[in-house]
Formats: sequence, C-alpha cells, structure tokens
Amino acid sequence: MIGQDRSALRIGVYVCHCGTNIAGVVDVEALTSWAAGLPHVALARHYKYMCSDPGQELVKRDIQEHNLNRIVVAACSPNLHEPTFRRAAENAGLNRFLVQMANIREQVSWVTDDHHEAYVKAQAHLAAAIRRVAMHEPLQRQFVQIRPQALVVGGGIAGIQAALTLADAGKDVILVEREPSIGGHMAMFDKTFPTLDCAACILTPKMTAVKLHPNIRLLTYSSVESVEGSVGNYHVKIRRKPRYINEELCVGCMLCIEGCVFTRARFPNPFDQGLGTRKPVWVPFAQAVPPIPVIDPETCLEIARGKCQKGCVEACGERSAIEFDQQEQVEEYDVGAIIVTTGFRTFDPSVIPYYGYGKYPNVYTSLEVERLLNAGGPTAGKLVLRDGSVPRRVGIVHCVGSRDKNHHAYCSRVCCMYALKLAHLVREKTGAEVYNCYIDIRTPGKGFEEFYNRVQDEGVHFIRGKVADVTPADGNGHLTMTVDDTLLGSIRQLDVDMVILAVALEPQGDANDVRRTFGISCSAEGFFLEKHPKLAPVNTANDGVFVAGACQGAKDIPDTVAQADAAAAKALAIIDAGQIELEPNTAWIEAAMCSGCKTCIPLCPYQAISRDEERAIAVIDPALCKGCGTCVAACPSGAAMQHLFSDEQVHAELEGLMLHL
Amino acid sequence: MSDTPHSEAASSEPRIVAFMCNWCSYTASDLAGTARIKYSPYVRIIRVMCSGRVDPTFVLKAFALGADGVMIAGCHPGDCHYIEQNYKTIRRVAMVRYFMEQMGIDADRLRLVWASAAEGQHLAESIDQFVADVRRMGPLNWSANWDENDQRLEALEDIVQEHAEAMEVQA
Ligand code: FES
Repeated sequence: MIGQDRSALRIGVYVCHCGTNIAGVVDVEALTSWAAGLPHVALARHYKYMCSDPGQELVKRDIQEHNLNRIVVAACSPNLHEPTFRRAAENAGLNRFLVQMANIREQVSWVTDDHHEAYVKAQAHLAAAIRRVAMHEPLQRQFVQIRPQALVVGGGIAGIQAALTLADAGKDVILVEREPSIGGHMAMFDKTFPTLDCAACILTPKMTAVKLHPNIRLLTYSSVESVEGSVGNYHVKIRRKPRYINEELCVGCMLCIEGCVFTRARFPNPFDQGLGTRKPVWVPFAQAVPPIPVIDPETCLEIARGKCQKGCVEACGERSAIEFDQQEQVEEYDVGAIIVTTGFRTFDPSVIPYYGYGKYPNVYTSLEVERLLNAGGPTAGKLVLRDGSVPRRVGIVHCVGSRDKNHHAYCSRVCCMYALKLAHLVREKTGAEVYNCYIDIRTPGKGFEEFYNRVQDEGVHFIRGKVADVTPADGNGHLTMTVDDTLLGSIRQLDVDMVILAVALEPQGDANDVRRTFGISCSAEGFFLEKHPKLAPVNTANDGVFVAGACQGAKDIPDTVAQADAAAAKALAIIDAGQIELEPNTAWIEAAMCSGCKTCIPLCPYQAISRDEERAIAVIDPALCKGCGTCVAACPSGAAMQHLFSDEQVHAELEGLMLHL
Repeated sequence: MSDTPHSEAASSEPRIVAFMCNWCSYTASDLAGTARIKYSPYVRIIRVMCSGRVDPTFVLKAFALGADGVMIAGCHPGDCHYIEQNYKTIRRVAMVRYFMEQMGIDADRLRLVWASAAEGQHLAESIDQFVADVRRMGPLNWSANWDENDQRLEALEDIVQEHAEAMEVQA
C-alpha cells in the first residue's frame, strides 16, 4: 500500500495438519520452519487442527503476546474457514481483514499424489499468502438491511410447507405457482407410502391453510420472470398469466364449467396425465386452491375465434367474474430471501423404445396409474384399462430411466417404494397377479422394509432382473414382458395385460432457466446444487436463495417436508437477524489518478459507476457495487481499485507463487 | 514423510498460474479436492471474485515471473455471479492474446476455461489438458529475453500499461 511502513510487519504463519488430511501428504514441519525464514514472518507454527478452539486460541494468544499484525493460515479452502480465522483475529484485537488463507488441502494435499510436488506447491501457495497479506489493510465490516418478506417459488408440498412455516412465524410470504392450483405432484397421488394415508387427506388441509393465511399472498398461474439484487434485497418481477376469470369476484361455484357450450369435456386434462378430459373452462381437480377455474385461450371459442354463446358468462350471472379481455400482468415485489421449491418432472419413457410406451396403449407410467387409482381421477378410482376392462395380470418395471447410464445414472430414491405401493393398491383393487421386475429393491426409510415384507406377504411376485422388452402377445392388447431372471438364471416371458413403468424423477425441463433466474447452480444431472452436501444442504451459492424438495434431488415426501422446513428456518434466520454482513470487497476510484475516460462506466452491470461532471472523474457508489472487479481490471490508468483484491495484493500473490524459491 | 523438501526450481516441468473466479471455478477446484480427483500439481491457483477481475497485468506479470502458461477459469457464459462480466473476460482475453503475440509469446499459452461449481472433474481434466499442451510448447522463459536489470518488471508493466491504454482508447 502506498505509504505503508513494511518494516513494522509482523506476520504469524500457521500450518494446519488437518489430522492426516494435509500432514499425510505435505511435510508440515518442514513447511513451517521454511516459512519462518521468509521476510516479515515473526513466527510460524504448525498444529493438528487449526480450526479447533485450541488452534484458534493459539492465534489469539500469539497476536497479543507477539504483537502480530498479519495472520496467514495454511489449511483448507477459505470458503470453509476464512470466517473462523477472521473472527479469531478480531477477538484478539486485530482487524479481521488482515488475515489470509493458503488453500493447501483442497488444492494441494487432496489433489496431488506426489508428496514432493505437493510440498513444492504448498510452499508456493504459502509464500503467495504471506506476500499478499503484507499488502492487506484494515477495513470496516459492512452490513446491509434485510427485507422482512420472503418469496417461495413453487407450490408443491415443499413450497406449501415452507410458506406456512414462514407465515406462521409472522413473516409476509409471496407464494408463486405456475399451474392454476397449488398442490404439485402430491395432489395427483392416491396414497402415500409406506403408511398408505390418502395424499389428499393430508395435503388439502395445508392447501386451504395457505389460502386462508393472512401472511401469505398466493399467486397461482404465475411465474418469476426476473430477480435482481442480492441477499436481503431482491427485486422480483412476477408474470401473471390471464385466467380470464377475476379471482376477486369468483366464488368458486363452478357453474361456469357446467354452463360452457361444450356439453362434453373433450380436451385432455394435463393434471390427469391426459387420461381424463376437461372443457375449455376447467379446474385441475376438485380441491384446487384457489378454487377458481381457468379458461384455456386455445380451446375457448370466444377467446380463440371471438364467437360463442358464452354459456359460462350466463351461468356466472351477476357476479360477472368472467373477463375475456384479461391481459398478462407483471407484478413487482421486494423480498429479503427466496426459497426455490420447483420440484421435478417424471422421465418420459417413450425414449426407450423396447418398453413400448406410447406404442402399446396398455403400457402406462406410474403417474398415469396414480391418477387411475385416485378417487378424484378420470376413472373415479377404478383401475381399468383404456377399453374399460379390469387388468388380471400386471407387470411393474422398476428403474425406468434411473440407474441407467443411457439416461440417468442416479437412483431416483422413491421408485422402489412407490412401485411397491402401486403393487399393493393394484392387488387390493383388482386382485390381479402383480409382477415387480427389479434390479435391486431399495427400502431405506422408516417403515419401508416392513412395507416391502408386507407386499411380499400379500402375494406380489418379485422377479430380479431387467425387462428386455415388452411386445404385443396377440391382437387384443395383451403384452409379453421378456425378463432376464437373474435369480433363476433364465429368460422368462410373462403374459400381462397391463405394464406400469416406474419412471425416474428428473429435473424440470426449464430447470436451467430457473437456476439462471435465481443465480444458483445445477449439479451434473441438472438438479439444483446445494452449497454443501452435508453442512449446508438447503443453502445455495446465492446467499439469500435456498432450495428444498425434489428440485434439489429426487426425494420422498417426508424428506421434502423436512427440507422445506429447514429452508424456511434458514430464511427466517437471515430475516430475523435484520442485517447481514457483506464482504467489503467493493471498488473505488482514486480521484487523483482518474483521467475521466469513462471506460469503466458501461462495464458495470449494476450502474454503480457514474461520472462526476464537475471533477471530470468517475465515482463508484459503494452501496451498488457488488465487488466483481471488472472495472478495476479495465481501468487504463490504474485509478480503479478494489478492496481485498487490489492490484498490489494480487501482484504480490503472483510473486509469492513464482519467486518463493 | 521421506521426501526432503527441495529448494531449487530447476525442474523442467511447466509452471502454470490459474486465476479462478470465486463463485464457479474456485468452488469447482474445491470440489475436485473434496472428491480427491488428482490433477497435475504444476498449476497454482489465485482466487479472484470474478473472471472479469483478471487484469492484463496479472497475465503478463505471470509470464514475466516465469510462468509457462496462464489459465483463466470462470463461470459458463450466462452464469456469471455478476450477470455478464465473463463476456467481458472473453473480450479481454482476445485483447491480451493479441498483445501476447506482439511480445513474442504464443497466444495459446493463455487459456480460458469455463467450469461451474459442480464441474470439479471437468476443471481437473481441463488443467491436465492445459499442462500437457504447455508441456508440448516447451518452457517459455520469457523474462530471459529481457535485460537482467532490476528494472525489468517496471519496464514490462510500462509496456502493458501502454498497450492497455491503447486498446481501451480504441475500444
Ligand atoms: S463470477 Fe464467475 S465469471 Fe464472473
């Protein structure tokens, strides 16, 4: 730093063994004594676990007893323990930003087999940190206020649970759902495993609670268009599709559906997986929340062609809730935290031609069968084939799209259990012979193995082997499943009249756009990436954005609900804290060096830089600057500077990396 | 530990500096570590908040100090934590490559890599690939082309500065 007296530097260096994680590869004792001889190093120590209390105590004591004014810790990634050592320094009276870490675990000992090369690399990283910290300067901690509202995106069971938890804690919640009703996949199911309680019986009270809760603003048929800002202060735009029915005026009597000029429902109902039908004015299911129909502009004669007798309008009568001229609207909200609970979609098995889905009508997906079994579904709960007959022999194929390197390498976690549940329900409703063809049965969960035993006792047949193909047995819709029975060691052919494909859970089709909107990442298979798989399972790389439910990875309802509550608790924690600390790594302009060239101004995506016309120089608003440093790199005269990442600091780091030997 | 620490950098192995953005690529490198994915030890990593922070002087200083290759790793286009700064990185890399050529450095010694926070494996493979490519190009030894005077870094930075100014004015 300009004018800094480097002779007064007293750097303390601490090398962590991390048990054997580092010490098993890098000679920490040699590294420590080598570091002790570097310029400005007042003392160097090594210790088994620097992050432990005694490790931190060591730093604190040394700062006080040895007058240290800079600290370097060679240990794990700064993403893990930089806050720990900054706090330790601060507790000992040293400014917390006079600390630097050298990442010799994630970037050295864990990725390098060769002990000698690992040692050399650790030296380089340590020397870089020592040179860099010499350039550090004391900084003020920075805090921003948190808006007390939260946004929950996705109204399945995860979003419902998270919204209710936040609202019960007294926070204002905006719950956005893109379908006309909340409820998600759970609302499609008949029973839930392993307890077999009826999905609607446990879900609909929660849906109603959402609707009635004074702290929840429910926006269905809506999607988040854009999110700006950062933790504590997000500005969100929400696009509301026209329902063509005024939500304030509608009382949910459904008379418009009866009054519609289409006397017969003849359009496929997506909620019933296309097995049932609907009219142009429709509700997905009887317990929909809000209990307000929606008019499909493509099939409604009035909207599509402008000519209809409008039986719906007549039926609605003087409430006049039907508004054919409704337009899409964008609403804007400011929130402090966001919970993303956008769920999953099921794998489309038509891409596996040998299962015959889409080709043979009696091959169904598990979700279709859920709708057939559901009393509110297209057959009022009767399990019948498309021709109305009751299946006598049913084959269930496990792992369709899961555990298959051509599709999804992962196990979808819920399929074994829902396939067992379907086997039970099919047998209970029809008495059919049921054949479950599986690779492995996976039942890790409370009451799961017991449920498996029960289904076996009920006489369901289990065949261990992959289904090679499904072919027509005759012209009457009967099917032959060819299975390689690995327990018998022979190929078997099973004659069945219904095949159920236990399809994988996969990321939503637009998961990639959604993650961009919220500034979060996806893991390789496309589910949203949590900040840490064990210790920050609902956090994301974006500090105010949390994830819960199947959008983060395939999981069952109990785990989804638990995760949703965890996300709500995390959101509450930041909201209730009222403020959050930011890295003070903002950029600023050294007025004397600025030539007023304006290079930096258009580079800033946050409009943080403006030109002071009077002084003919650029100025940066620290409240708007997010600290990317792009303007700093672009400034041709070196007038743009960045705290914690100044040119001098990075140059010093480079010198340490390259010149230490 | 039977290894004896050595104190001479006399090896002919390539020396590579990698600048990684905090949000994607540095996190990917942490992930590679957590997953114990082994990759070439000849790359040394410097964390910046965004790939957009990588100053032309960082790259040229690395070469001046003896690096044989420089890698810049950031979030995939469209995924930058700061909205769009990695697009500016793309343009800046083109500029730096251009003046590397003027200074007698093969432009392929600077490589831009995208690695999301989940792509530890991809990052490790990209590092190995770059190390192999740099090894094929052989040592750069750029600073040896300069007078052995104490001023050589300053001289270099002056030139960098001039070029940066020239480019920025044009842009
Ligand atoms: S934050 Fe990764 S490239 Fe900008």
